[in-house]
Amino acid sequence: MNMTVMDRRPEAINQSHLGFIDCDVHPFYKSPDEFDAFLPQRWREHRRTIGGRVRQGLAKASNYPRMSPGNGQRGDSWPPDGTHPGSDLPFMQQQLLDLFNVSYGLLAPLVGGSAGERNVEFGAALATATNEWQLARWSDPDPRLKSAVMVNVEHQSAAIAEIEKRAGDRRFVQVQIPPRGLEPLGRRRYWPILEACAANGFPVSLHLGGAGGHPSTGGGWPSFYHEEHPSYVQSMQTLVVSLVCEGVLEHIPNLKIVLVEGGFAWLPALCWRLDKAWKRLHAEVPFLRQKPSEYVRQSIWVTTQPIEEPERPQDMLSTIEWIGVDRVMFSTDYPHWDQDDPRFAFKVALPETWKRKIFRDNARALYGLD
Amino acid sequence: MSRHVVATVDEIAAGTCKIVTVKGREIGVFHVNGEYFALINRCPHQGGQLCRGELFSRLESPMPGEYRLTRQGEMLRCPWHCWEFDIRTGQSWCDPDSINARTYAVTVEPGAALAQGPFQAETVPVSIEQDYVVITV
Repeated sequence: MNMTVMDRRPEAINQSHLGFIDCDVHPFYKSPDEFDAFLPQRWREHRRTIGGRVRQGLAKASNYPRMSPGNGQRGDSWPPDGTHPGSDLPFMQQQLLDLFNVSYGLLAPLVGGSAGERNVEFGAALATATNEWQLARWSDPDPRLKSAVMVNVEHQSAAIAEIEKRAGDRRFVQVQIPPRGLEPLGRRRYWPILEACAANGFPVSLHLGGAGGHPSTGGGWPSFYHEEHPSYVQSMQTLVVSLVCEGVLEHIPNLKIVLVEGGFAWLPALCWRLDKAWKRLHAEVPFLRQKPSEYVRQSIWVTTQPIEEPERPQDMLSTIEWIGVDRVMFSTDYPHWDQDDPRFAFKVALPETWKRKIFRDNARALYGLD
Repeated sequence: MSRHVVATVDEIAAGTCKIVTVKGREIGVFHVNGEYFALINRCPHQGGQLCRGELFSRLESPMPGEYRLTRQGEMLRCPWHCWEFDIRTGQSWCDPDSINARTYAVTVEPGAALAQGPFQAETVPVSIEQDYVVITV
């Protein structure tokens, strides 16, 4: 029988949804030339005459275009002046920050081109420019919006210099590294960068996406976006396993890793599997002094969007318990097509104490926000 | 329940929608292939402004490699998460057994008939020469 669930009034915002910390907000530019103001002349000319070199076949389109308008934007998120969703601060304030009185929004720039740039000198310059752009366009005009330190991990010294340069600047709260890289993130070549993040008090945000130059699944290139979408989970699993098994989380115990937009219901099952194998295979990785699940519990946080919707909604509660209520942080992914709304994301009622942690206190503690 | 004159017939071009407010509710009135439909402007999934979405045909595929387009322009896709609804019934394609968008009965009536009432005109003045879209809320 059909049941109409029409009469929920989104205009009425429950008190408990106000003041949350949004761990995934996407800023965009009105014109790609916005970054020029923060690039040295040498790289401005490079950008104009040569341009970016990405690790995928299509330089100016995504491998898996989304069906919704603007390649995956929320349909009503175009600002009144017709510019790109996420590019207009007043409109973002209206649709997100002011609507929910968001305490803090953590920026996750997927623009600027720094992370996957093959010319690493250019990539490093783009990273610096994107960081300055975040401050000028977002964090300074609206201090609720916190910037992410962008780096190009294939240029180690520049990445470390950028991290050290931003250390202590509270407009930045984390370092953002693409989860699809040339090699799994736990490899030793990336340790100095991860050490710099930990030493300077920056959690590392791994926001799904990007093109690492490898097929997006272990079995090759998928045919559909619907196939690509869950492959982000594979990327995240690869990272978690790599960080655990390479010994990174043993070597840098104060490293804090945040998995953004990769889902989370898979994490407990992965830990069960890792723990089981570790009992038999630990001679291969003798430097792991505790169970893999304990390293995950020690060092890894997850964000909620796009939230899993179990067939029995109450199973969400068990899933969160397995991960740890203090490790789960709410995120919207504004203004993308699969964004979550704090009023409707959870299909099951959370205990009040959980709600406070997931919507606010966990992020507040992790990022040292007031 | 009361009847409300919400538009003249030539005011809503084919394939478009007029959003009206009746009894405090935003309602989208659509003109599709010569017929008119009305749905509440709120998606039952997560509350997006449903009627600001786009109209599509129903795409069916009995097996891989075979495709059939039916119901031209009669599926409304929410601008938020792309959930699709049957514009005639409000039935959700994603969750047809448990979710419906509320629909309202729509009729087209000549001004001459309306002049006799009873109806409530919200914003549209009625003249006897015109035909009008009337919804029941």
